[in-house]
Amino acid sequence: MTANTTAHKAPGRAGAGGPPARAPRGRPASPARRSGWTPWLYLLPALVLLGGLLVYPIYQLGLISFLEYTQAQVSGGEPTTFQGFGNYATLFNDSQFWQVLLATVLFATACVLATLFVGCALAVLLTRIRALPRLALMMAALGAWATPAITGSTVWVFLFDPDFGPVNKVLGLGDFSWTYGRYSAFALVLLEVLWCSFPFVMVTVYAGIRTVPTEVLEAASLDGASQWRIWRSVMAPMLRPILIVVTIQSIIWDFKVFTQIYVMTNGGGIAGQNLVLNVYAYQKAFASSQYSLGSAIGVVMLVILLAVTLVYLRLVRRQGEEL
Amino acid sequence: MSARALLRVRRPGRLAAEAAALVIAAAVAFPLYWMVLSALKPAGEIQSTEARPWTLAPSLDSFRRVFEQQEFGRYFLNSLLVAGTVVIASALIAFLAATAVTRFRFKFRTTLLIMFLVAQMVPVEALTIPLFFMMRDFGQLNTLGSLILPHLAFSLPFAIWMLRGFVKAVPEALEEAAYIDGASRTRFLWQILFPLVFPGLVATSVFSFISTWNDFLFAKSFIISDTSQSTLPMALLVFFKPDENDWGGIMAASTVMTIPVLVFFVLVQRRLVSGLGGAVKD
Repeated sequence: MTANTTAHKAPGRAGAGGPPARAPRGRPASPARRSGWTPWLYLLPALVLLGGLLVYPIYQLGLISFLEYTQAQVSGGEPTTFQGFGNYATLFNDSQFWQVLLATVLFATACVLATLFVGCALAVLLTRIRALPRLALMMAALGAWATPAITGSTVWVFLFDPDFGPVNKVLGLGDFSWTYGRYSAFALVLLEVLWCSFPFVMVTVYAGIRTVPTEVLEAASLDGASQWRIWRSVMAPMLRPILIVVTIQSIIWDFKVFTQIYVMTNGGGIAGQNLVLNVYAYQKAFASSQYSLGSAIGVVMLVILLAVTLVYLRLVRRQGEEL
Repeated sequence: MSARALLRVRRPGRLAAEAAALVIAAAVAFPLYWMVLSALKPAGEIQSTEARPWTLAPSLDSFRRVFEQQEFGRYFLNSLLVAGTVVIASALIAFLAATAVTRFRFKFRTTLLIMFLVAQMVPVEALTIPLFFMMRDFGQLNTLGSLILPHLAFSLPFAIWMLRGFVKAVPEALEEAAYIDGASRTRFLWQILFPLVFPGLVATSVFSFISTWNDFLFAKSFIISDTSQSTLPMALLVFFKPDENDWGGIMAASTVMTIPVLVFFVLVQRRLVSGLGGAVKD
């Protein structure tokens, strides 16, 4: 009985404050007694869905990446043959793969840095202004956040359109085509990604800053600390958990950018110059029917993101955060 | 020194900060303004090289073209149905799972939590290939189910992770008091815990709504031949033409697609800000 009632308590907090928990007396059939199966019952729908639509497809992805799986096998009824690491060998010997991998890493890094910098800077700005301008900035940011990636992409392409877009007019660029050159196309996509992903960082960090007690900030300010100093020595350490969360989320999102690249550069740019891994995998699988190569690229992405996750888990663990 | 005195010292700086905030807000809102403006411009003006930031003759022609396009209303309803189902189902399932991992101690609890975290990192786009074959084998291609099920599954790990903080915040004493008063576990779950966690559910649902509503990849890959099952992103692509894009139509369709998300955001924005604060604090 006692074991059951304490079973659903956080270990650190059990009995720390207040009177120790007592089992409800005189209720032999108390609900606590059944707690052995209850959590699994609650978890059942989630686990079934995740098992069927996440774990099993990952297994399938791995499997396909080791097979020969092209149009002939999919609709031609030819038997699938085991390739071992053959698909991976093909991939790693393809110079385009390395080029795309490098582009993905650099592009994602640039996006993450830009998003974090702009998001944090604007979060700090939000704390220093009155309610009305704050509301204006918040609303504009929520608007950008809410905009679907596909409509955001089309609008940005239109804004930078060489013929009808206002940006080239204002900047006096004439009919300069942003999507023609490799770097200007990446820059354009980066701007769009920044536009739609900085609001998450801004709102989250702002929500975090509001939990920092004002007395601490006032004390620092009275002691003559500069704004930068307050941010670096007071806020950043207190916001560390939040900053880790937004950094990791940004890495994950920006590494997987698909829609923006696909729509803005029309499927990966001229001669595939703007491909990132995600789009590359998609094109290999669904445009050229090389499903096993596409799957192998997917596995590479999975491994990279898993590595990022492990780093994140170590950071969280080192903070001694209780899961 | 009071807070007001502190503010007085900083006043010139604050005015500059407020001016900067307003300029940035205008810049951030500009793409959306341009989208709506272009949707309202008459055909002649939109394809003009002048790119004026206003229009004197707003017209609904572009919207008319969008709605007259084959089955656009149907696409809209499909999108709404898929996103709505995912939001409600994911909120309920994630609520149950979050309750299990925060209010019970059991074997593999920590392992499960780590799995939920790792699951968030999985690039779902990479899973399009195996999912495509699974949907084909189960005869689910070209059905809304092929969109609902994967989105539901993929929205769960983040939702569970985020709800944890909210469920944890409900005091244990409340649970004990409920049992002493004779409430069953089910009754406590739905009549006490659920209403208390509801603000968190709203904040969480924003994410599942957006990712589902915005989905382009699955809609493009799984709905391949039966266009009556298409969702909005596909309707948008119709206006892209190889020779010349119909920008008025694209912008009008984009506006129609963006408005529901905007409405949803405005409705939940207060809860979103406090929700994010609560979720990351824990």
